[in-house]
Amino acid sequence: MSTQESYVTEDGRTIGPTVMEMKNITLRFGGVKAITDISFDIREGEVRAIIGPNGAGKSSMLNVISGFYVPQEGEVWYKGKKRPPMKPYQVAEQGIARTFQNIALFEGMTVLDNVMTGRIRQMNSGLLSQAIWRGKAEKEEIENREAVEKIIDFLEIQAIRKTPVGRLPYGLKKRVELARALAAEPSILLLDEPMAGMNVEEKEDMSRFILDMNDEFGTTIALIEHDMGVVMDLSDRVVVMDYGKKIGDGTPDEVRSNQAVIDAYLGVAHD
Amino acid sequence: MVQSSQATGGLVSIPALLQRNAVLFAEKAAYREKEFGIWQSWTWAETEKEIEALALGLINLGVNEGDFIAIIGRNRPYFYFAMVAAQSVGAVPVPVYNDSAADEMEYILGHCGARFAIVEDQEQVDKIIEIQEHLHQFEHMIYIDPRGMRKYDHHALHEYSHVQDQGRAAYDEYITDLVERREKLTYDSICVMLYTSGTTGRPKGVVLSNRNVIESSKNSSEFDNLTADEEILSYLPMAWVGDFIFSVGQAYWCGFCVNCPESAETMITDLREIGPTYFFAPPRVFETQLTSVMIRMEDAGRIKRSMFQKYMAHAKKVGGDILDGKPVSAGDRLKYSIGNRLIFGPLKDTLGLGRVRVGYTAGEAIGPEIFEFYRSLGINLKQLYGQTEATVFITAQPDGEVRADTVGVPSPDVEIKIADNGEIFYRSPGTFVEYYKNPESTASTKDAEGWVATGDAGFFDDKNGHLRIIDRAKDVGKMADGSMFAPKYVENKLKFYPDILEVVLFGDGKDRCVAFINIDLTAVGNWAERNNIAYASYQELAGHPRVLDTIQEHVETVNKSVAEDPMLSGCQIHRFLILHKELDADDGEMTRTRKVRRVVVADKFNDLVEALYDGSSEVSTVTEVTYEDGRKGSISATLDLRDAAVVSTAAKVAAE
Repeated sequence: MSTQESYVTEDGRTIGPTVMEMKNITLRFGGVKAITDISFDIREGEVRAIIGPNGAGKSSMLNVISGFYVPQEGEVWYKGKKRPPMKPYQVAEQGIARTFQNIALFEGMTVLDNVMTGRIRQMNSGLLSQAIWRGKAEKEEIENREAVEKIIDFLEIQAIRKTPVGRLPYGLKKRVELARALAAEPSILLLDEPMAGMNVEEKEDMSRFILDMNDEFGTTIALIEHDMGVVMDLSDRVVVMDYGKKIGDGTPDEVRSNQAVIDAYLGVAHD
Repeated sequence: MVQSSQATGGLVSIPALLQRNAVLFAEKAAYREKEFGIWQSWTWAETEKEIEALALGLINLGVNEGDFIAIIGRNRPYFYFAMVAAQSVGAVPVPVYNDSAADEMEYILGHCGARFAIVEDQEQVDKIIEIQEHLHQFEHMIYIDPRGMRKYDHHALHEYSHVQDQGRAAYDEYITDLVERREKLTYDSICVMLYTSGTTGRPKGVVLSNRNVIESSKNSSEFDNLTADEEILSYLPMAWVGDFIFSVGQAYWCGFCVNCPESAETMITDLREIGPTYFFAPPRVFETQLTSVMIRMEDAGRIKRSMFQKYMAHAKKVGGDILDGKPVSAGDRLKYSIGNRLIFGPLKDTLGLGRVRVGYTAGEAIGPEIFEFYRSLGINLKQLYGQTEATVFITAQPDGEVRADTVGVPSPDVEIKIADNGEIFYRSPGTFVEYYKNPESTASTKDAEGWVATGDAGFFDDKNGHLRIIDRAKDVGKMADGSMFAPKYVENKLKFYPDILEVVLFGDGKDRCVAFINIDLTAVGNWAERNNIAYASYQELAGHPRVLDTIQEHVETVNKSVAEDPMLSGCQIHRFLILHKELDADDGEMTRTRKVRRVVVADKFNDLVEALYDGSSEVSTVTEVTYEDGRKGSISATLDLRDAAVVSTAAKVAAE
């Protein structure tokens, strides 16, 4: 599987070989099985969606990828190596950034400062140097500010640069969170329900940003989403989960015509 | 009429002025734009180099003399460079409103036969690709922002910086050609073509020559003593004649600096950071700013609020007089200067108007209260009257002679006459050459002697010689009993209330007047919040009985004031309704410059007008709306129709 060759999509993007692979993941909370024996891969440069009805285990899956949960069974392979159990910050250091379903920003800080926190990984001047603001610390801050300003420009949030995040409406907060994740220059970006609670216009904007990010920076994106229409339009491949099990995997068209998926969404009696 | 170019020192074109400025003001900032959080700037010498590189690149792409180049984007230095680069190679820049719908753009690009377009980003590129097959003469497109453009077919699509790079690379090959083309330009060459949005019919392409633009810029700069040290903020549409004169004409004539905001949303912040010395804004901008100040003062602490009220009351009393240099007592001056320290100064800085030496408003009537507010703060806000066909200036108020209800005296070199029906005619060096490919309209607007019909009705004030505008000449009608119907006169009185955004008055040929009203969502929304009135949409708030009550009070107050003028007392509003949607340019109800298209509105809401006249107390209706992305939907509503008390003129006469 991991030796797949690169190919070019219809719209001219290059999809590379597998960058991350989940092998037979099972996650239990006490006696409850959240995820049962799930395997799938994420290829470089693609937009990969995980969908499923409420309680299907999508967020748990994302938390396994981001290292927040350690599965009882199964292996996570990243860039050709098996990943040992690690803390979320170690996963972040490997280049996996994420956003949260319920927005986790620093409410009292400005948009700019929030996005700057996404650059922590790129800053390594010492505490003393930071405190006296000389040499390396200053140079670093200028470089990182420049990178952050490019992201602010990209996501069109210039007008709220100096606004404390707590005063922003929901849709904009989501965008700021995306900016912060993007500031980390991740090789994989995990988006947990990026469109939840948005109106049609905000959803369109967000979809545009996700596609542009993928296109401009070549960022691999794994996202969880409820809105089927959005998912089908955005993604290259889709994993469908239901009751913690994988019931479908493939291109949007394949998934759409998959009987198990149709049943899960339209609802049939489970015996 | 024929001016020699000697008055302008042989500087007969914008590119010629550029050559002068590149030497005279070499190291001085010419253009600035905020990008990536920092003000990036170009000196006049750098501007000249940028324009030269682009001009060479345009020759390289095959631009011929006499070609039209559409310029579509928001205010950015790159577009200002592009306009002058186009002129330098003998082509004609045609700035187009960047929010035009695809079919409007198709009409303009087709009408002028543009071979090239210089556009901002993917959005504009997509729009033109959509209409391209209908444009037979169209060839190349140049875009500035490469985002999302990587996958496009680049046969006839070029990135702005690449065109410049190619121009620089081909310097030796084309520079002689460029210099020749540049020097061929005369006072009579076309400087720019601007499409007027027009309240009726298709837009018309107004051709302005170098003479028009340079003479008007020179005269108006001298009128207000503009110097190379001015700073302006360019945020009004580039397709509008005013922006061309302020940001290109006067900027090149004087050599001052043009600042471009980071985005439309950051305009207020950028205004504060730049602190322009010369500022233009339509009344709407001043209204919005004042509304937001008042709303914030309502929410301020008690001490701050009472200080604000106390000193503003004093400013209202003496501020305008101090500004006009009229005698004011020493005590009042002292109190005003304390107020300036504590309130006016900080307030002006917050508004970004702290350094304004010359400020103008035009386009619509401004509410006297709003006008006086800014004047009393010590901001030299004045009014001017102009139009595209005049290269802006027809009349303007000189310093020290400023009044809320006039538009000033004729600008330098402008002659004005008033026809018997009240219509204003003018003749000036700024008078346009022609409407492009439209000799009939040219002939019906400009007569053989060069007099141009403005389409506005007005008269000169006996007391001070200032011009006063009543309304559009064609909108001034007659009521059934023969008395005068001047809708705008009444509408403006109502629009001066902060909670009323737009009014459309009907009554031409009828026995009484009725009106549609749009509430201002910001002001009324804030009022609703403070009064614990929940609402989910404009429509819901517009239908709230207490909102209707408030508006009814306003209407009745205005009726009283209208009744005082015997000539216009027939224009009192007998019945009104609050529209269930905001009038919008996307629905064709307004022009892009936000002027109401009366005929369209009357036609579209015909059922509502009829209901107002037939006396019913409510009416149900369904209205089609167009969303920003071009999709259509519809909204349905049941509207309350209200009767307003009118002052009976007959009774009044009897009482007297």
